[in-house]
Amino acid sequence: MPDLMNIAEKIASDAQGDEQVEAFVGWGTSTEARAYKGEVESLSAAESAGIGVRVISSHRQGFAYVGGLSEDAAREALRQARDNSLFATPDEAVGLARPDGIAPQEIDLWRDKLLHTPTEEKINLAIELDNACRKADSRIRQVTSSDYGDSAGEVAVCNSLGIKAYARESVCYIATDILVGEQSDTMSGSGYSVGREIDDLLPEKAVNDAVLRSTRLLGAKKQKSAQLAVVLDKRVTATLVSILAGTLSGEEVVKQRSLFADRLGDRVGIETFTLIEDPTNISAFGASAFDAEGLASRKLTLIDQGKLSGFLYDTYSSRLAGTTSTASAVRAGYKSTPSVGARALSLLPGDLNETQIIDKVGNGFYVQEISGVHSGVNRISGDFSVGAEGLMIRNGQLGEAVKEVTIASTIQKMLQDILYIGNDIEWLPSSAAGVTLAIGEMSLSGS
Amino acid sequence: MTLAADDLLIPTDVIEQVLSRASAKGAEFAEIFAEDRQGSSIALDNKKIEELSSGHDKGAGIRVVVGDITGYAHTQDLSQNGLLAAAEAAAAVAKRETDGSRVVSLDASKEIFGKSAVKIWPEEVEKKKKVALLQAADEASRSASGQIAQVQIGYGDSRRRILVANSDGLLATDDQIRTRISVFCVALGDGGLQTGYETLALTAGFEIFDEFSVAEVAKEASRIALSKLNAKPAPSGTLPIVIKSGTGGILFHEACGHGLEADHILKDSSVYTNRVGEIVANPKVTLIDDGTLGRGWGTSAIDDEGHRAQSNVLIKDGVLTDYMWDYLRARKEKRSSSGNGRRQSYQHLPMVRMTNTYLMNGTDNKDEIVADTKYGVYVSKLGGGQVNTATGDFVFGMTEAYLIENGRITEPLRDANLIGNGPEVLQNIDAVADDFDVCPGTCGKDGQNVPVGCGQPTLRISQVTVGGTAGA
Repeated sequence: MPDLMNIAEKIASDAQGDEQVEAFVGWGTSTEARAYKGEVESLSAAESAGIGVRVISSHRQGFAYVGGLSEDAAREALRQARDNSLFATPDEAVGLARPDGIAPQEIDLWRDKLLHTPTEEKINLAIELDNACRKADSRIRQVTSSDYGDSAGEVAVCNSLGIKAYARESVCYIATDILVGEQSDTMSGSGYSVGREIDDLLPEKAVNDAVLRSTRLLGAKKQKSAQLAVVLDKRVTATLVSILAGTLSGEEVVKQRSLFADRLGDRVGIETFTLIEDPTNISAFGASAFDAEGLASRKLTLIDQGKLSGFLYDTYSSRLAGTTSTASAVRAGYKSTPSVGARALSLLPGDLNETQIIDKVGNGFYVQEISGVHSGVNRISGDFSVGAEGLMIRNGQLGEAVKEVTIASTIQKMLQDILYIGNDIEWLPSSAAGVTLAIGEMSLSGS
Repeated sequence: MTLAADDLLIPTDVIEQVLSRASAKGAEFAEIFAEDRQGSSIALDNKKIEELSSGHDKGAGIRVVVGDITGYAHTQDLSQNGLLAAAEAAAAVAKRETDGSRVVSLDASKEIFGKSAVKIWPEEVEKKKKVALLQAADEASRSASGQIAQVQIGYGDSRRRILVANSDGLLATDDQIRTRISVFCVALGDGGLQTGYETLALTAGFEIFDEFSVAEVAKEASRIALSKLNAKPAPSGTLPIVIKSGTGGILFHEACGHGLEADHILKDSSVYTNRVGEIVANPKVTLIDDGTLGRGWGTSAIDDEGHRAQSNVLIKDGVLTDYMWDYLRARKEKRSSSGNGRRQSYQHLPMVRMTNTYLMNGTDNKDEIVADTKYGVYVSKLGGGQVNTATGDFVFGMTEAYLIENGRITEPLRDANLIGNGPEVLQNIDAVADDFDVCPGTCGKDGQNVPVGCGQPTLRISQVTVGGTAGA
């Protein structure tokens, strides 16, 4: 396997005159096995690699990527990026990351063992998961898929201003989707488990989650429209927190595209609401020693006891805003340029567990699943309206199942209306940790 | 017609060798999918051309099918050795105990060579001309009003050359060119920020900018954002809705399109399983999926399994006529593919996907449909949506909507999602106009994104749940 850092350094060292050059070189391998009816249905194996190059000259930025790691690929990417830079509007804020003296923490996200696990064993995990699901509950009508997947990748980022970062990571997961019930009373449920190596995976948890989440919704009906308290399941809270982080992107803020623009220091949520971004936390699925521009990851407090205390910045947005990068650059791989994003968000946990919160809320709606997030949440106006499934809360207990309703409010109001934050933090395969969250009032639309 | 070897991503003799190697362990089916994708994009934001980018990636995926097992391996190395290694990797997962070695030969009678009808190749257009397009759109958007606070323009073009060859002797190629521009703007008023979005996207070349005005696209985005500045919260509850022609096609994509994909059908995870021949919708509903539709965003000469794109009637006058099929699902049912085998790239296995899905014109008049609605919501633009095919429940977002009061369109409404159940909504479509229009979109399924088209004439659904915050 070629030395990624070597390739990246070589490209970055080609910077001419006042030019700045950054190379992002990535390599990855992945396996995906899907089982169906006790047999392997498909198995994919692959390796891919590529080079993404940014060139900044005379305050203008150009980018290009090419698949593969050959010298030709490197040359083509550099040449195209240079040419592209000629057409951008000069912008003083454009610039690559500069070393800022913050040392990266040692974060070990790589397990050799995963790469040496025989494919046969991986296939068997999918098949065993499928078999376990089929046997788990008599109401299961269909296990539509049981998957095992893994990926392992390395990245080197190097730029002509002295940034040099290398990281590698392995990830694996199992996931299953099941259907329970008959005809019009069919409900679906999913369960998963994620880890760095196979020993981390918990098939029983995946099966139990899928069964619980689908069977308890059997018999679900639409409810009458109402204003009520809602309790968000962990997975739902993680989605909500990720959305919130999008509004705290320094780039969106400085460009007046965030509902939190001009509100630094304002009270935006209740006093117990503290939002932290900490990619140095190894428990987080999105942990990493560096951001996508090669700066050392660091812990940030974005909302501190209800007060808006900070935004996320990459190099460009920080320069636009007249501040420094918070090492919050993310990118989807060698094919994309950096943008601002969160990787490891969590809420400061409260004192109560899910059962206690449901008991305290007394009457309301427990939301297990939301849908239509990309179409129903406007991060700029704050309008929030999503499809929801779950269970009514009656007298402090989970009651009848609900489907085909929406819950709506605005992001601004939801933060002010929070009643309880759970003590049940769980890191999920997302940019945010899950935790049970109760919101005092939302609009449920139904019949 | 046979193309010169240089025009193929992989020479025919290598294709035959690789397919033979992939089939050596007794495979019933082996396939090579090669792809060479190049593209460029430009982003204008905050009045500046922030970035031009370009990309080039190529590779091939080898698929081997033995019984019910599919093996897949992909590589970026299109040399003979690279492809042979991938063939071995794909074959290894789907091996049989018996060694049924076979030799695959391509069959000239099964050749399909798709040709692009592009008039102006985007790759030949000067970058500064592309840049000027974005600047013009930015100016047009801002000129609409001083309340337009921010404008983002995205331009993109892509050229996707594909080659598909399989052990049945098929050799098919296509050259797919797509060009798009999108405008996203933010308006600032006393009541806060509101957003507008409009896009122009066709399976065509740069000539689309000679035919359509980017300024008009930009002004439309501004108009939408401005229209919502005084919008009030959408109602909460079940109401009739009238959906303007064009973006409402997303309704059919979500409400029933996904549920008519044969992979869901064969796994009994669709509410439409075993319902061919039954009435599934109001008789006003005739639904088509058409991969050949003009320059639609989901149009191509062949699908990603080398099957010629075709037009398929899914629902005729309310009766379910057929599902959509790819190679694998069609093979199980001993029928032919409907040309719906698609994939995001060579790194992905194909699966059943829609192309351009649309509701055919009806006979009602669009103005009369509104006039005939006492109280409800008029949706002039829908954003994305999502469906659970197993339950049929779906959501989709309104990004421009108004209240209908006493048969007249009145106040603008803030964004909200609509929620409904596919089979119920299809029955509740009680008016279909004759003003068909289309819109482009991106469809995500199982982690893969593909370009699709949607379309529909103005229509009314007698009741659907509107997820706002105001009392209905």
